[in-house]
Amino acid sequence: MTVVILILLLLGAGVVAWSSERVHITLPNWIALITFIASTLWVIVIWLNGPNAEGLYAHWEQAWIPRFGIDFRFEVDGLSLMLIGLTTFLGIVAVVSSWTETKTRHGFFQFNILWVMAGVVGVFSAFDLFLFFFFWEVMLIPMYFLIAIWGHEEKEYASMKFFLFTQISGLLMLVAIVALVWIEYNSTGNLTFNYFDLRGGEFDSATERLLMLGFFIAFITKLPSVPVHTWLPDAHTQAPTAGSVILAGILLKTGAYGIIRFVVTLFPEASQEFWMWGMTLGVISILYGGYLAYSQTDFKRLVAYSSIAHMGFILVGVYSFNKLGTQGAIITMIAHGFSTAALFMMAGALQERLHTREMSKMGGLWVRAPRMGAVTMFFVIASVGMPGLGNFIGEFLVLIGAFQKSVVLTVFATIGIVVAAVYGLSLMQRSFQGVPNPDIPEMPDFAFREMSVMVLLMIALVWVGIHPQTLLSMLG
Amino acid sequence: MNTIICLLLLGGAVGKSAQVPLQTWLPDAMAGPTPVSALIHAATMVTAGVYLIARMQDFFILSQTAMLCVAAVGLITLFIASFTALVQSDIKRVLAYSTMSQIGYMFFALGVGAWSAGLFHLMTHAFFKALLFLASGSVILAMHHEQDMFKMGGLWKKLPIPFIGMLVGSAALVALPLTSGFFSKDAILLAAWKSETEYSTLFWTVAAIAAFLTSMYTVRMMVLTFFGKPQSEMHELKRESLWHPNRIRTVIPFGLLALLSIAGGWLGFEFTGDLFHDKGVHAEFHFDPIALLTLGIPLAGVVLGYFLFDSDLIDRRRLIKNRVSELMSKFWGSGWGFDKVYDTLIVNPFRFIAQTRVNRNDIVDLFFKLIKFLASLFHHILSMFQTGHVRWYAFTMLGGLLLVLLTVMWI
Repeated sequence: MTVVILILLLLGAGVVAWSSERVHITLPNWIALITFIASTLWVIVIWLNGPNAEGLYAHWEQAWIPRFGIDFRFEVDGLSLMLIGLTTFLGIVAVVSSWTETKTRHGFFQFNILWVMAGVVGVFSAFDLFLFFFFWEVMLIPMYFLIAIWGHEEKEYASMKFFLFTQISGLLMLVAIVALVWIEYNSTGNLTFNYFDLRGGEFDSATERLLMLGFFIAFITKLPSVPVHTWLPDAHTQAPTAGSVILAGILLKTGAYGIIRFVVTLFPEASQEFWMWGMTLGVISILYGGYLAYSQTDFKRLVAYSSIAHMGFILVGVYSFNKLGTQGAIITMIAHGFSTAALFMMAGALQERLHTREMSKMGGLWVRAPRMGAVTMFFVIASVGMPGLGNFIGEFLVLIGAFQKSVVLTVFATIGIVVAAVYGLSLMQRSFQGVPNPDIPEMPDFAFREMSVMVLLMIALVWVGIHPQTLLSMLG
Repeated sequence: MNTIICLLLLGGAVGKSAQVPLQTWLPDAMAGPTPVSALIHAATMVTAGVYLIARMQDFFILSQTAMLCVAAVGLITLFIASFTALVQSDIKRVLAYSTMSQIGYMFFALGVGAWSAGLFHLMTHAFFKALLFLASGSVILAMHHEQDMFKMGGLWKKLPIPFIGMLVGSAALVALPLTSGFFSKDAILLAAWKSETEYSTLFWTVAAIAAFLTSMYTVRMMVLTFFGKPQSEMHELKRESLWHPNRIRTVIPFGLLALLSIAGGWLGFEFTGDLFHDKGVHAEFHFDPIALLTLGIPLAGVVLGYFLFDSDLIDRRRLIKNRVSELMSKFWGSGWGFDKVYDTLIVNPFRFIAQTRVNRNDIVDLFFKLIKFLASLFHHILSMFQTGHVRWYAFTMLGGLLLVLLTVMWI
């Protein structure tokens, strides 16, 4: 029940925030912020209460459309709870990061943020395939609005591209869901969308492969992986700061979650056969994403491409098909959520101050804003994979897991870490170090509002880095 | 498998400890402040690779190939770095190449199985190289951040404390008898002679030549910096300035390091614990020809260095001003061209493909752009039919009807 209340809370707060704009212009911000803080605390309480005997933190089911075997079925296990916690926590970051950025329609802005998050929480907890697809679409529309209304120069192009990629790949998944249910119905006479009933179905291998591909393509588009990654740099770059934080921090994780939760478990045999493709796509994403990240001159675009590289590690980890690889992939999801959210927040803060994202117009910013420099340094180093911080644990576990599956692919994936250092440090050098650019206007350093969020993110990353057991023991 | 593991470990150690072929970062890292160079790039961090290999001795002992590789890496680095140090003009770069070559000695010692000797040299090297760096840092600050030795000269009177520090450090570096460097380097050379590989004579010879070169470049550095005529004006030192070489807080670390550089060798160094027990070669000093030769070579280097760089017996200009020595000095000076090779093979190609015009806009996106292009193309073609003219609609309707009728009749 708890998770349903959480979703309803987010949806309700969205409506309230929208209409509260009439009372006062900053009221929507406060409503969203308080909602996310309350939700995060609530998730922590759920976590502290511990799981029940079946390993579930929350559970609720209720018939929705009995005629088609569609239920409201919410279950929260360790993985789901972890990701829901990440979602609500990054909600705080998103709201704070665009506290002063939005100039128009504050209420509708916060409405969209809250509704995206509600959709994401639904995605992470729905165990009915129809319900899952419903939430998959719920999170798409508000995100489209966030980019299309509050985005930067090329917002129309970017938002349409984002919408089409997600929508078309989502339709493939819908077809696969319907086909899956239909096959199950024909063989057992039981019409159901229940995840647990559909698991372990018997197919001939060609059908299984096709169905698996339907899900797989939808999820790697969201992840994203090469070759369906091209929406990401545009969407991330053009989105407002809060949008980028949510996109990189959470929406990408729904793709990874989908692969772990649905592709691998619904179609175990086809996925096992597919490991080579999965890992190879991951490795290509790591190298190609890293290479393109280095090529960028736009601060935000560089971070966007680096996300593609990091998501490659998740594919490599999951398709290693062993415990270490999967654990590494999950830790990478969480750690990347923290580090990239911070870097996008930094990109937004820089754009707000300098009105540009071009690194050629930056340089020597550390002198002007030492706190921002130090914070950026921390998160760049985290995303490069410094031992002691969360990202390292994830990538290291992934590489150990992958090594047992394919030495050659692991070697190439490891080269990606070197490339990460190259683009990460060059980001740092081009923007914050070097000779101060005389054309840069006076810029204010991070104040309490921004620093408090950044410090929270740092603590989170250090915590994951030195005590990953907190997360690993939730996975059981 | 064991050999592969050892070689991969060696790869990591080579990068960390600035050995050939991954040595090029160390001279460039000398751009950092001198105390950092003293601590990180000479005494502690760079030697981590030596420690790693020593720590893994149980693996390395099992692989003859890996051991040989360790020794070869050490020797090659030693050789290349010594020649390079001979032609540098920047005082810190001389010390950087000297560090490389001394770590080369350590690798070499590990490779011939003289584990304790290698780590012993790690320790004594830390003492005297830190001293050398600190002294050179004092000199550089006193010279308005001038690092070019050819613009120094005659400084020994004006900077007595750095001079004494540098002198003591140099003595240990060239392994003059009874200094700390003497004990460790001698142990390495004798162990090389005694080692059971078939190359022991070759190993010893190359290491001895490098010891000779070490003496020469050290003498050259001392002569250019502290002796001869002053080449430029020195900074007017204020007594209260923090880094003043004669202040007590500067003298204490100098004194401590100088003491250790001289006497540190008497400490000795032997691994006998349970956790880390040296299973390799040990050599003790006996009065036999090879030991005496080992002792004498650095001295010979010092003497020749004096004649070459400081006395008037040899006309240095004639020696320097000819094509062969110019080419040689250029080649050695560039660190044997390693930087250039890496630039050509890795850095420039990577930079080129990362440039804007090559692929910043991501060729993969072209496919999706094509879809978009086709969609809007068909959109334009089809929208041409919607002109708003009734005549046109009637005409196309008639045409379509005729087409259908004809098709039906034909079938």
